[in-house]
Amino acid sequence: MADLTPDQVKHHVRIYVMVFVALAFLTIVTVAISYLDLGPIASVALALFVASIKGSLVACYFMHLIDEKITIYWTLLITVAMFMVLLFVPLSTLLDHTQY
Amino acid sequence: MDIPYTVKDRPDTGLYNGKLGVWLFLASEVMLFGGLFSAYIFLRTGVDTWPRGADILDVPLATLNTLFLITSSVTMVMSWASLKLKDLAKFKLYAGLTLLLACAFLVVKYFEYTHKFHVGLFPSTNTFLGIYFTMTGLHVLHIIGGIIVIFYFWMPGSKMWESDPERFTNRIEIVGLYWHFVDLVWIFLFPVLYLL
Repeated sequence: MADLTPDQVKHHVRIYVMVFVALAFLTIVTVAISYLDLGPIASVALALFVASIKGSLVACYFMHLIDEKITIYWTLLITVAMFMVLLFVPLSTLLDHTQY
Repeated sequence: MDIPYTVKDRPDTGLYNGKLGVWLFLASEVMLFGGLFSAYIFLRTGVDTWPRGADILDVPLATLNTLFLITSSVTMVMSWASLKLKDLAKFKLYAGLTLLLACAFLVVKYFEYTHKFHVGLFPSTNTFLGIYFTMTGLHVLHIIGGIIVIFYFWMPGSKMWESDPERFTNRIEIVGLYWHFVDLVWIFLFPVLYLL
């Protein structure tokens, strides 16, 4: 993002506004979904899916990850892998059948 | 001796040092909040019943706060874009709006917390409230940290615009990265705690 011409910056600004509108709309969608009686698994999956889209929009456009250097992609790839390990740690308890 | 690579990109990373530094910091933040999300999954899957967040928490207020934060993310990135267009006055406007929205978030959170305490709901009341206060409390601390840093660059720190505008613009870019991360965390906290 070092050498942007004024026209390129103005183009970015238009994208930021569009992303903002999308985020506001998806926030309303997230709340609306919670009022639907979809069952626990479907509602969790759908809510996290919408949150993931919103998160991706923020990361790609506001944090400029859509056009970033390879060093940052590698850093984030390792981070995401470790984050997934962290999230799946609780599931390891399902493998433990010890009775206390 | 000047600090190297505050403006120019370092040849081996292709980035100025501050940017890579902030991304590495954000990687550690992912693991910090990741640990708490992992704890949430562990606690929730370990019990037969789990309260629905909407029955205990205030969804309309949290929705309002979500809108405050995503708007503040836009104003933050606009403040950086204003500097790219060499318009300090607009930077001040957008950074000021970011601060205002961040403070509005804190005011709403204050009303949410005090209402909970008023009706006798504390972190010690049950597991759900324990993890709710822990996760949102840590997030609030991040908001406060962001406010302090943005305020610094909004007022005294903006003097750097006169002496080294490119470096100041880079500083705003990496403050923005942090602020968008704080927004991103809330985007996941909101459905997980309030809606599911």
